[in-house]
Amino acid sequence: MKEETHKEVNEQAPGVESPGGRRNFIRKFWGWIGLIAGLEMTWVSLTFLNGGKKKKESSETSYTEIARAEDIPENSVFPYRAGRLYLCHLKDGGFLALSLRCTHLGCSIGWDKDQEEFRCPCHASRFSITGTVLNPPATRPLDIYPLKIDNGMIMVDLAHPAPRKSFNPGQETKA
Amino acid sequence: MANKQTNFIYHIHPEKVPASTIRFTHTFGLGGMALVLFLLQIVTGILLKFVYEPTPDKAYDSILFMQNHLLFGHYIRNIHHLSGTLLIFVALFHLLRVFFTEAFYGPRSSNWIIGVVIFIIILFSNFTGYLLPWDQLSYWAVTVVTQMLSYIPVVGPELTSFVRGGKEVGAATLLTFFNFHTAVLPFALIILLLFHFWKVRQAGGVVVPRNRNHNGKGIIPVVPELVVRELVTGLILLAVIFLLAVFIDAPLRERANPAYSPNPAKAPWYFLGIQELIMHFHPFIGVVIIPVTLFTLLFYLPCFPFRIRNTGIWFSSSKGRKMALISALLALVIHPILIVASEYLIHFNTWFPSLLPVISGGLFPLILYSIIFLLYLFYIIRRYKPLSNEIVQAVFVYFLVTYTVLSITAIFFRGPGMALMWPWKIS
Repeated sequence: MKEETHKEVNEQAPGVESPGGRRNFIRKFWGWIGLIAGLEMTWVSLTFLNGGKKKKESSETSYTEIARAEDIPENSVFPYRAGRLYLCHLKDGGFLALSLRCTHLGCSIGWDKDQEEFRCPCHASRFSITGTVLNPPATRPLDIYPLKIDNGMIMVDLAHPAPRKSFNPGQETKA
Repeated sequence: MANKQTNFIYHIHPEKVPASTIRFTHTFGLGGMALVLFLLQIVTGILLKFVYEPTPDKAYDSILFMQNHLLFGHYIRNIHHLSGTLLIFVALFHLLRVFFTEAFYGPRSSNWIIGVVIFIIILFSNFTGYLLPWDQLSYWAVTVVTQMLSYIPVVGPELTSFVRGGKEVGAATLLTFFNFHTAVLPFALIILLLFHFWKVRQAGGVVVPRNRNHNGKGIIPVVPELVVRELVTGLILLAVIFLLAVFIDAPLRERANPAYSPNPAKAPWYFLGIQELIMHFHPFIGVVIIPVTLFTLLFYLPCFPFRIRNTGIWFSSSKGRKMALISALLALVIHPILIVASEYLIHFNTWFPSLLPVISGGLFPLILYSIIFLLYLFYIIRRYKPLSNEIVQAVFVYFLVTYTVLSITAIFFRGPGMALMWPWKIS
């Protein structure tokens, strides 16, 4: 008896052209319902995974006062660790706010005074004072923060570091 | 005889097995050991969960509190750390045992794939747990590894900030990792392990050389012969861990400081081979192309068209054994030389500064490396005229030794600035 029922089901199972195609339709219907349920579940999961994380990221720009321009001598850097950046005073008088995250694997770079270059402790990448790569494995220059100078006070938008392809003088801000 | 206890055992084991399969050296009990370690992780992990607080403000302090003020707190954490590390080794050796006895054909092919997935989940369980102490070691290891993801084309940067839950590793990362470590991954593992065991039972137990004729001789009952041996193996393993955990402390450095990375900042040891790889290749090659290719081949393994199957025979044949040995030796000689050459002599990046870094630092070294690999392949094929499974095994050994060399280099021979130096020169 059991055997027979099994057989019967098996004959119907391929269901390529079952009369009326109702069985086929129902099977497909359940398949689609299942798929939609799966997608919903994935969507809900992703929402939860992202939950509450985007709160702090606002598009508003708010500048933070970092230092007075005259306090930083030319061709030197001023670390501002709390904001994860270096203020760089270039030889031509321009200022840059460079992220202290190495673009290779995200370690925090250090300034080597003698060699006048940034060095990454993780993979020995080196960057010039403008953030340009001097030595791989890093492949792109250090990210740059928006910077402005107001009455000799250097102000930086700490929330919006931006990647760039290469250094050009247009990125500098002069006092 | 068939009381309730033994009935349950027959869900896992067959009633009778060939006597040759219960010898310890047949499987080295590795699968069973992995299970014991997993259960130990569950028990100690639940204990730790009662004390640990997954926020950047409190995580480090809760670990300190556990270690300094809680009865056996330090000891339980040591056991969890030690057994987690051992689990990677035991699972790897289990995978190797299955590979080298060619136990991935026929009814076991789907179980090979499940096994590889389980191994990957074990790695990620370990990795998500690595962040939880929130010390300098864990913070920067996770920073380095999640940044590696950003080199995946198109989705990379988005993926990194998704995994981190922000621009840098922070509170959101910790919460995500905590939940993956203590809920998602263990749950996935339990499901997959049950499936894994069922598949072993379905295939009729562990692999046996197919030419061995039993004829009813040398067949023994599982209860008590096999079960007692499993119990003894598990208990000895537990005893060894409990003893070692007294002496080996789980690492805990200073509290995480997002502004200062330690010098050098290294990934967890099992990912250090990849970190070493991207010292020599553009990250796109080192993080994406090479690992994805190798893992795809690993998944594809049971589907290779092998003509002759030497199931259950260690290293396939005596020729296979020789080839594996010569491959291991060659990889052992070639790669240290290549690493030193790449460090001091070969600098495609600086030789071709006008080209894209992915070409000069990625494609060129890859072509150079491929030529060396093809020479090796040509050599063993010319010399041994092997079967396809012997070639696959030799190449597998070659890359296994390569990853080991890379890992050992990065663990022991990389000092400040990840500069190459002798281990005794690194303070």
